[in-house]
Amino acid sequence: MSISGFFSQLLAIVMALVLAPLLMGWVNQWRAWLQNKSGPGVLQPYRMLHKLFHKESVLAEDASSLFRMAPYMVFGCMVLACAIIPTLSTDLPLSPAADAIALVGLFAVARVFISLAAMDIGTAFGSMGARREMLIGFLAEPALLSVFFTTSLISHSTALTSMVEYLAHKEFAIYPSLAFAGLAFSMVSFAENARVPVDNPATHLELTMIHEALILEYSGRHLALIEWAAALKLFAYSCIGLALFFPWGIAEAEAPLALILAIPALVFKLAIGGFLLALIETLSAKMRIFRVPEFLATAFLLAVIGMLVHFLLGA
Amino acid sequence: MMLNWLSIDYVLLVIALWLGIGVAGVFALRRFRFVARVLFPLGGVGCLALAGAVLPMFGSTPDIAILPLGLPQLPFHLRLDGLSAFFLVLIGAVGAGISMFAAGYFRNGAGTPPGLLCLEYHVFLASMVLVVLADDAYAFMVAWETMALSSFFLVTANHKLPEVRQAGFLYLLIAHVGAIAILLCFGVLQANSGDYTFANMRAQSLSPAWASIAFILAVLGFGAKAGMLPLHVWLPEAHPAAPSPVSALMSGVMLKTAIYGLLRISFDLLDVHVWWWGGLLLALGLATAVFGVVFATVQTDMKRLLAYSSIENIGLLLAGIGLALIFHAYRMSALTALALTAVLYHAVSHAFFKSVLFLGTGSVLHATGERNLGRLGGLIRYMPWTAWLVLVGVFASSGLPPFSGFVAEWLLLQSFLFTPGLPDSFLNMFIPIVAAVIALVAALAGYAMVKFFGVIFLGQPREEKLKQARDAGFWEKGGMLWLAGWCIVLGLFPNLLIRLIDPVTVSLVGAGLGRSTTESNWLFLAPSSIERASFAPLLFLLGITAGCLIAFALVRVFYHGRLRRSPPWDCGHPWQNARMQDTAEGFGQPIRQIFSPFFRLKRHLPTPADSAPSYHVEVSDHFWHWLYLPVARGIEFLAALVGRLQQGRISIYLLYSFLTLLFMLFLVQR
Repeated sequence: MSISGFFSQLLAIVMALVLAPLLMGWVNQWRAWLQNKSGPGVLQPYRMLHKLFHKESVLAEDASSLFRMAPYMVFGCMVLACAIIPTLSTDLPLSPAADAIALVGLFAVARVFISLAAMDIGTAFGSMGARREMLIGFLAEPALLSVFFTTSLISHSTALTSMVEYLAHKEFAIYPSLAFAGLAFSMVSFAENARVPVDNPATHLELTMIHEALILEYSGRHLALIEWAAALKLFAYSCIGLALFFPWGIAEAEAPLALILAIPALVFKLAIGGFLLALIETLSAKMRIFRVPEFLATAFLLAVIGMLVHFLLGA
Repeated sequence: MMLNWLSIDYVLLVIALWLGIGVAGVFALRRFRFVARVLFPLGGVGCLALAGAVLPMFGSTPDIAILPLGLPQLPFHLRLDGLSAFFLVLIGAVGAGISMFAAGYFRNGAGTPPGLLCLEYHVFLASMVLVVLADDAYAFMVAWETMALSSFFLVTANHKLPEVRQAGFLYLLIAHVGAIAILLCFGVLQANSGDYTFANMRAQSLSPAWASIAFILAVLGFGAKAGMLPLHVWLPEAHPAAPSPVSALMSGVMLKTAIYGLLRISFDLLDVHVWWWGGLLLALGLATAVFGVVFATVQTDMKRLLAYSSIENIGLLLAGIGLALIFHAYRMSALTALALTAVLYHAVSHAFFKSVLFLGTGSVLHATGERNLGRLGGLIRYMPWTAWLVLVGVFASSGLPPFSGFVAEWLLLQSFLFTPGLPDSFLNMFIPIVAAVIALVAALAGYAMVKFFGVIFLGQPREEKLKQARDAGFWEKGGMLWLAGWCIVLGLFPNLLIRLIDPVTVSLVGAGLGRSTTESNWLFLAPSSIERASFAPLLFLLGITAGCLIAFALVRVFYHGRLRRSPPWDCGHPWQNARMQDTAEGFGQPIRQIFSPFFRLKRHLPTPADSAPSYHVEVSDHFWHWLYLPVARGIEFLAALVGRLQQGRISIYLLYSFLTLLFMLFLVQR
């Protein structure tokens, strides 16, 4: 492992931890502005985390150790996910530890843990949330994998760093298969991050919530970790999307200057992405829970069509 | 003198030990303590010895033995080569854990006495070893039938219950339909030479048409044993009926002997290969996998759920073999080796995790007397050991990293993604779609497993008596710990097992994953190169653990660790009870709705006027109504026709004999 590799790895993790709540705040702020509200400010998620960490944790009487473990596990999974995604640089020593398939597995570990934790207390909402989360997961996971299959067929690799390097170096051309994959990926991202057409991050209306139902029994530092992990997940998904479909500005090995330039490039891309997310959320209405499988099945089919297009057109 | 023994001799010694244990069990028919505390652990030691004895066999020349048993002119030929050794290690390693569990599991009670169970159990083990060792069709069929019969008796251990007897008969019937197909397959393979040794079958070269017939017969025969669609119906009946260690042994190990048989015939005995064989097996495997997993998610009996999950895993194995056959037909040996590695890895991984899951259900059954998911819940508080060990199995079964199930899934997906390069562009296009389906199956398996674990172990106990449940005893814990431990070890150090698989694939198809097994990159699993695809489970686990620990430490340093216990909040709803949680039916409801064409639903909804409203839903399998019941009716009809002949009067029977004699004379005359 080279020094620069170690440095860029560390930078990637720290950037993710710091920027993730900011991205969340940015999206929420734009959502408020687009809805003609004044909004709490982009720094609100930090204040929220600080507040929650200060509070004591109130735990249900018969919560098992699985319930107490889950927030840390989810947080750990998301930190690792942010560490292996080429956000700033493709020179990541941790990247060979997990390729795209393992990354999907990593998200699945987090999902299974949080669903099991939600079932642990034995409340009606907890198990309902767990069921819905797994329902979304079982359709979103193969769709996400199929997106990665398309990109890996193009780049002849399932390693994220090799994929991004290949996609960044190819001559500029619109790959029809990538267009399908990109569309599928954004649909999956909306579902996986509990954003509006699928779930509403701001709701506490019992019968419609998914993510909120899962974490209903958490409070204090546990809730803070889960919220932070949710922010990291949004950050991770945004970065995967940016790295695969807009891979410009990402540094490569032995390029310290590019690494410094990569930070503003990432922030710029994330700012635009966050604005678009808020715009889409504002323009669309939340769908009924049984429309969600149709939505995700569409995403799955689009990703598979992307693969087929790759074989038919060779691009 | 002892030093000159071959591995195969030690294996035969272990078989003799098992048979001896079985006989001792018969003499100690109801001396339960002796059977449980001495005989079963001794059998487990035999399993370990078996695995140890064949370890030196990988990569060396096969051992051959000829036993003077059997017919005159036709002794038992036995042969221990890499493929057999691999499956023997599987039998030994998994059998050791199950035997240990069985030492604490079997009790005196209704049904077969423990001594007799001990005999059946060890004969079952010995016959599975002989199936894998057999080197001629005769020995193979004898061992295969012994395996079917001994497992039939084990399944019907609780034979006082009518549904257990029914399950046993269904199992026996389908096992024999399969056995006929295998027998016919051997008949085709020997190509009229009259010599039934495998050596002769290897030497024959069949025309593609005959080879295809042999292959289809093998798929039918071994598919019936493995639970391939549409011959799967016995599995969800037999597994819940059998005692849990037997379910574990059948699901974890016996199904794998069918995979062994299929591999032996298609890669070793047949020398022609046609690409559509692989396509056929791939399609069958995928159909089986999707069917199995969708049904697993809607089950309400915990052992039936696991049985359907076994069907799913068998489907994945068959799909992997299908892919390997496609590659093999096009002579792409490196890719064949990759697909075969995935298959063998998954076979071992499934053996471990499915055994631990079945054993866990056994412990739950003992502690609570319930198999119905609707009456369980909250057991993680009363049975923590069982719960956490089963959780390992659940993670492995859902294909989550860094457990063994994920490695197999990863290898399988890699072998699909490497596909571009097949000469047939139609196949090229088809295969990534298959990969997408496999991803769907894996994700649904996660759904089924979350349901399985969540409904049994999490939440509040749905019955008052569950609060008295006691955790598994020493032997049961030990058995599960051994199996769950291997799920973790194989997940973290995949190269350990791949090092054993390599010589097997080299001997079968002439290539292996050599690169990933070299000492230099023991940490990384990289079938071709690290740039192409890599996975380092240990780093992966360290990454997550470091994330968790740092988060934990930072929270404690900068903030605090204060904690208060209170009643659950539940959005402020004050009156909540265990009945308000999702039931097993409730958890499966979205799947029932999305995949409704898969099921035959019988639903009873109460009307508003009902004084005692009840809600009832019954999910059954289309194949019963489409295939089995019509066949059964047809046979009943034929039997009734034949029955007309039986008039019950001796004069009429004498007339039949007379007519038959006349007919014979007529034939002889001509």
